[in-house]
Amino acid sequence: MRSTPHYNLEKTGGQAKLSLNGDWTVHTLDHVEPELRQQDLEGADRLIVELSDVGRFDTAAAFALDRLARHAGIDSIDVEGGSSGMRHLIEQAQALRPEEEGWARQKSSFGMVDLLERTGRATNHFTNEAVNLLAFFGETITSMAMVIVKPARMRWTALFSVMEDSGLDALPIVGFLSFFVGMVVAFIGATTLEAFGATIFTVELVGIAVLREFGVILTAIILAGRTNSAFTAQIGAMRMRQEVDAMQTLGLDPMDVLVVPRAFAMVVMTPVLTLIAMLFGIGGGAFVSWLALEINPTVFFNRLQDIVPLQHFWVGMSKAPVFGMMVALIGCRQGLMVGGSVQSLGRATTQSVVQALFAIIVIDALFAIFYMELGL
Amino acid sequence: MSEDVAIRIRGLKTAYGSTVVHENLDLDVRQGEVIGVIGPSGTGKSVLLRAIVGLKTPEDGTVEVYGDDVTGLQGDAMRRVQDRWGIMFQDGALFSNLTVRENVMVPMKEHTRLSKDFMMQLADQKLRMAGLQTSAGDKFPSDLSGGMRKRAALARALALDPPILFLDEPTAGLDPITAGAFDKLVRDLQRALSLTVFLVTHDLDTLAATCDRIAVLGEKRVIATGTMKELRAIDHPWLQDYFSGPRGRAAETGAS
Repeated sequence: MRSTPHYNLEKTGGQAKLSLNGDWTVHTLDHVEPELRQQDLEGADRLIVELSDVGRFDTAAAFALDRLARHAGIDSIDVEGGSSGMRHLIEQAQALRPEEEGWARQKSSFGMVDLLERTGRATNHFTNEAVNLLAFFGETITSMAMVIVKPARMRWTALFSVMEDSGLDALPIVGFLSFFVGMVVAFIGATTLEAFGATIFTVELVGIAVLREFGVILTAIILAGRTNSAFTAQIGAMRMRQEVDAMQTLGLDPMDVLVVPRAFAMVVMTPVLTLIAMLFGIGGGAFVSWLALEINPTVFFNRLQDIVPLQHFWVGMSKAPVFGMMVALIGCRQGLMVGGSVQSLGRATTQSVVQALFAIIVIDALFAIFYMELGL
Repeated sequence: MSEDVAIRIRGLKTAYGSTVVHENLDLDVRQGEVIGVIGPSGTGKSVLLRAIVGLKTPEDGTVEVYGDDVTGLQGDAMRRVQDRWGIMFQDGALFSNLTVRENVMVPMKEHTRLSKDFMMQLADQKLRMAGLQTSAGDKFPSDLSGGMRKRAALARALALDPPILFLDEPTAGLDPITAGAFDKLVRDLQRALSLTVFLVTHDLDTLAATCDRIAVLGEKRVIATGTMKELRAIDHPWLQDYFSGPRGRAAETGAS
């Protein structure tokens, strides 16, 4: 279908003559282009191109010919034969010569300097984010306090809508997953404690683990994946469509309208979800104990009541509102930071989930140290 | 069969679910002309474009490009005919994760075996053809203004020197001066490269400045084709409103 391009170069004195045949298009040029580039027109001050036997000819070919002339320092090509269209293409290529030879090709370095630079950037970014998050936390707390002082400013509809979306609707998944984690903990406990003939201690294991850590951590992680990203996406989409700007021009404070209801809803709903997670987690543990260890539920719950102190429940519960607040804060802040482009929305959503998970684990560790020092 | 017809559409029917967009639509696009497709909103101007280039499979009818039936082609058969046309989408549709130069290189990488260096130089040349600075090649599409994005999209559409160019609303969202410059660019490139241009537009100035012929869509088919002058003479309520409104008259004086 396409015939291969060929050329013949003759140099006589100060002039070079290039006779072409075949199809010279972007699809066929790969046969001649590398060779053509190597051609040396040294000494020639005139380039004649013979186009009579050329089939098809396009801008890519015109560019390749003109480049040859340009490298030899020849200003214009003399065309022999060929259609007026072909001549036109060569003229166009001459008119559009690049201003300077070559282009600054960006070389990305992979050396030590690059590593240091990236480490520095990452550290800088991390500290900036931490400081800005604290600032946003302060701003949110102020707005929340204002709303408490003047409850009329509260967006009740928004509050309850968020409570339903992020709280009530998350109940099944939180309960379900906690049940399974409770089961897993009980299984691990049972197999390990069996060696010591102390399977009854599975009750303590499940009780303390679920009440103190797993209930609240699981809830927080599910919220970080589910609610936090939803907050970023909702607010980010509103930023992209300039709804947030419109809000400000209408005298509505985005903090009041968007952030405060979400923060309150999360502070209220996370403990509720945590309670559910604890109940289901212990349920899962009791279920496994009953099936695998033949500790029947009555014995399980009696022992739980007698042996496991209530403080573990309160330790777990005390973390819930903090995690809820973190999830709301990070989600809203990332949402408000979305710019005009779709990519920034995607980036913000990823950032938001990563930061929320990071914050949850770090804060949990801080809590652990804090309560250990208190002796609880 | 006259060989000067680039695109021949016969009995085209397209539908989304039970909503029929086109029925029994016939249209010829001649080699080397600029045809403008106009019509009220919702008459399926863009759908017609999509049906020709194979993004929407027609329910019925045929689309021939240079005598070859391209209706409903898949896979390799589609790839073989795809280098006959370049498309510029409404918002440019540049790949946001690639620089402008890389965007222009995408069709070359896909359809040719040129060396990387030559591709880069050629991409720069295409950018210059589209009226951009060479330095714009290193930028990402998000860093460009609307007009520059359209030029970059045009450069990508022309990357393989296709004989047919599809333009979907080329001047939508541009200010009148940028739009005017873009119209001129399209016209100049069309002449220089002897392109056949299929142009979907709302912009009367674009129609007046660039189109040889205009096809009017309506009532699920092509109501009329002809030059602007011929269309003005047709007694059809929408056409009369369109051309005789204040904008239509302004475009006429602007063109003459």
